[in-house]
Amino acid sequence: MICGRGWMFGSDIDTDKIIPGRYLDNYSFEFLAFHAMEGEDHEFASKVREGDIIVAGKNFGIGSSREQAAIALKHAGIRVIIAESFARIFYRNAVNYGLLPIISPNCTTVFKNGEEICVDLDNGRIFSSDDSGREARFFEIPSIVRQIYDAGGLVGLLKLSDENE
Amino acid sequence: MSEMTLCEKVLARASGKDSVTPGEIIEAKPDVAMSHDNTYLVYRSFVDTGATEISDPGSIAVVLDHRAPASTVNAADSQKEIRRIVKEFGIGRFFDVGSGICHQLLVEDGIVQPGMLVIGSDSHSTTYGAVGAIGIGIGAMDMASIWAKGSLWLKVPESIRLEIAGAPRLGVYAKDIALKMVSELGPMGADYCCIEFHGSYFSTPNLSERMTLCNMAAEAGAKCATVPSRFFKNEVTHSDSKSVRACELPDDKAEYGRELSIDAGALEPLVALPSLVSNCAPVSSVEGEPIDQAFLGTCTNGRLDDLMIASSILKGRRISGGVRLIVTPASREIYLSAMKNGIIETLIDAGAVVTNPGCGPCMGAHQGLLADGEVCISSGNRNFRGRMGSSEARIYLASPATVAASAIEGKIADPRSYLR
Repeated sequence: MICGRGWMFGSDIDTDKIIPGRYLDNYSFEFLAFHAMEGEDHEFASKVREGDIIVAGKNFGIGSSREQAAIALKHAGIRVIIAESFARIFYRNAVNYGLLPIISPNCTTVFKNGEEICVDLDNGRIFSSDDSGREARFFEIPSIVRQIYDAGGLVGLLKLSDENE
Repeated sequence: MSEMTLCEKVLARASGKDSVTPGEIIEAKPDVAMSHDNTYLVYRSFVDTGATEISDPGSIAVVLDHRAPASTVNAADSQKEIRRIVKEFGIGRFFDVGSGICHQLLVEDGIVQPGMLVIGSDSHSTTYGAVGAIGIGIGAMDMASIWAKGSLWLKVPESIRLEIAGAPRLGVYAKDIALKMVSELGPMGADYCCIEFHGSYFSTPNLSERMTLCNMAAEAGAKCATVPSRFFKNEVTHSDSKSVRACELPDDKAEYGRELSIDAGALEPLVALPSLVSNCAPVSSVEGEPIDQAFLGTCTNGRLDDLMIASSILKGRRISGGVRLIVTPASREIYLSAMKNGIIETLIDAGAVVTNPGCGPCMGAHQGLLADGEVCISSGNRNFRGRMGSSEARIYLASPATVAASAIEGKIADPRSYLR
């Protein structure tokens, strides 16, 4: 089970908001993390802690294929992104970097900004850790995505499959 | 065997299957795999996998276009590394700084052909559909997987049949049709789908216009977009491979998830308002909005016909005082043709800054960033907040004609009064 503070965002959070193009010449993960979500919330990088969760509306990660969007969030401490829907390239990039993207149609109405949210994949539950009993519905994680996530990301999976050959 | 759409045929071949159906997960081998300035990220993940050689270096293309020439020491360092990597691993095709934009070059050089599967680590890889290929955008780590093992997992998309009928009226171009398409579909209306174009609009072959449409399909979330080669058979080079040629056309009874149509003849010039591409309105509704910069270029609209339209409007005129007009040809070949035709001279005479071929300021890296509160009208594909510099700047998207007319007036202008 993964638990962390949830940060709420709206719909159509694009990759220019997650990490503006002017920072893409710098490949330092710490540098990218320092500017995570800067286009939407200047203080995000200073507020976010290891293990935190993003809760967002529709089409999270719309726009560019820049993997730095996933890198910035991962290294800022984010472990899970729960959104009503994702832009497809961002979704792939996120899981490739070991983030867990979860599609939940009612996440933004169920949770409150800053509260602790728990994700229990084994029992199929995403819930607020207070005793209110608030739970979000979510779609089953596709098996290929689960495989990559369980290997810690795509590089991890590629290494594993090499060993199995 | 079931009847397939163009995309399904290409993906079936690329995964060694007789047929595929939407939703199926396949392992596909691309005919061409392209990465740009993010090749350094590709390389880092490739090394992390433990791979020591590229599975099929002949299928790999690398283009330096996003920060070309290097805008910072960091960019210069990674480009230096990329040049070393290209040599060390025998990468088949390399286009250095100054060649142009990746999507333009791969089409222009005939590397991408009808029926091929092209994977690119760029979201506008949908552009390759303009020659009847299937182009899919991914991130750098997925590209590292292709380098290491030659293939990539993909979900077979549902296809949308989009019919574009009729001939556009004066002052209406492929860009206006593309903006209409994105506004009709919405920013995620084609998510995880392939848009297959049909209709009488395509009966006059025009590669540049098809590139604009397939390029902008990405803004509706499309995984890929393509035009069957029956519309432009003699305009492009076809593959020598019989199996690739067999994937050029959809089956007659292929099944589509949705069917939509756009009447090109009913459109007027459009603009995408800040800060979402689907936020479209007729140019007449924002006429007079003052601008600080006009940008003509990109993989959407930086081709010879685009520069030609702009120069025909700007000929004998000057851009408004206080406005910058940045022109970035999409490739060296386009730049040279525009020079020979006098287009570049006309643009410079009118007050334009003409940059080297490449992505220019489109993604906010260099060559014309925006300050707080500034307004830009761009022929590019994205108008997100902060896309071209300050997050307090605003970006409108429009056709090259509307960009040129607006540069003359110093405010958003209807191009039709300059075309009559």
